[in-house]
Amino acid sequence: MNYHWNWRIFWEPAPNGTGTYLDMLLSGLVLTIETAICAWIIALVFGSVIGVLRTLPSKTASRIGFGYVEFFRNLPLLVQLFIWFFVLPEILPRSWGLWLKQMPNAPFYTAAIGIGLFMSARVAEQTRAGINSLPRGQKLAATALGLTTAQAYRYVLLPMAFRIIMPPLTSEFLSTIKNTSVAITIGLIELTGEARAMQEFSFQVFEAFTAATVLYLLVNIVVVTAMRLLERAIAVPGYITGK
Amino acid sequence: MFASFDFDVIGRSLGYLFFDGMTFTLTLTGLAALGGLIFGTLLALMRLSGLKLLGWIAGLYVDLMRSLPLVLVIFWFYFLVPYIGQWLTGSSRPIRVGAFTSSLVTFVMFEAAYFSEIMRAGIQSISKGQPMAAQALGLTYSQTMRYVVLPQAFRNMLPVLLTQTIVLFQDTSLVYVLSIPDFLGAASKVAQRDGRLVEMYLFAAAVYFAISCVASFGVRRLQARIAYVH
Repeated sequence: MNYHWNWRIFWEPAPNGTGTYLDMLLSGLVLTIETAICAWIIALVFGSVIGVLRTLPSKTASRIGFGYVEFFRNLPLLVQLFIWFFVLPEILPRSWGLWLKQMPNAPFYTAAIGIGLFMSARVAEQTRAGINSLPRGQKLAATALGLTTAQAYRYVLLPMAFRIIMPPLTSEFLSTIKNTSVAITIGLIELTGEARAMQEFSFQVFEAFTAATVLYLLVNIVVVTAMRLLERAIAVPGYITGK
Repeated sequence: MFASFDFDVIGRSLGYLFFDGMTFTLTLTGLAALGGLIFGTLLALMRLSGLKLLGWIAGLYVDLMRSLPLVLVIFWFYFLVPYIGQWLTGSSRPIRVGAFTSSLVTFVMFEAAYFSEIMRAGIQSISKGQPMAAQALGLTYSQTMRYVVLPQAFRNMLPVLLTQTIVLFQDTSLVYVLSIPDFLGAASKVAQRDGRLVEMYLFAAAVYFAISCVASFGVRRLQARIAYVH
């Protein structure tokens, strides 16, 4: 191997004037986490609504839910981001399109919304599976007690369903974090983007990517550990995840 | 809103989009799925072998790959493959590797981690009596795996493997970050050359959507048929 290793590169100043290369990578990590959290909030809200729609007795509601999930699942994330970023401002009325194009931080908002909607289809499938995994008696008992459908979902079905689907939701959240790196294509300089920039400035390819790899692994370990604790605290006794 | 739509740009570039772009995408998907399945099955066998060290190495590899974003893995292999080639061939400098080879190595290595988890679940779903009966018949470990366990595991897991292949088909669009003209890359090149982003990206989206929809419909039917046989 005639590759020139230089691990001290991280403490050298980066040419973009924001501090050392390490600072550069860490600012990318912060942006990755911010984007992932915003996207995750969107995914949870939309995913829960669509997941509930798919379990309602109404044919129209479940058809809307089915269409939504199929739309977001059958398009590559990259194509979805391109459509939000490049196509949407062009097909909106001219003044709206201009406003979108001139918005500061456009890549960040596009990434958060685009990845959020992409992930919401997956969250919807998990929510649906969770609700369907409940014994039929739960819904029947809620109705027998005089709860409306909305109340049955709010007080009986959803609290149970969310506790049951915690483990798959953890891995969906991890996917959300990983998927933020796709936003590099619309100009979001998150962790992978900063590693790539560092490689271009310093030519220290493998140091830059090793650092990014270690940071992603750390984020994974933190999330998995935190979620394990949460899962144990809220597990439903008698279910696989429970005691 | 569609008044200024230029459908002609799509017609003009159809040949380039499909003969160059889609051929690249489909070849990459097919070969990566095949390579990923073979390598993933080996990883699964390593994890289930009962040998601590082998299982530990395979587990570490799978966990590592599954914790990293695909885009970062694509960059990793893009820069790493020339050095691996140099090491394998013993040449004095990093060898030149084409765009296709580099992306193929990336996707085989990356998908192997996901396929190995599917195959592991498939192998574990086979009842213990099967390998025991095979051993009682005097089959060796490799014969047991080849003729008894793996064919059944593969058959049971076929719908999941195919679903993962559809995901892989969509994920190959990420080679865009290396400016490789796969289907999306080709569409993007035409889009930027002719200033027709709206038409080209919507067309690309429609094609991806149609292929993925038809494929997942097929997988669902297959699943229903397998469920019926059981």
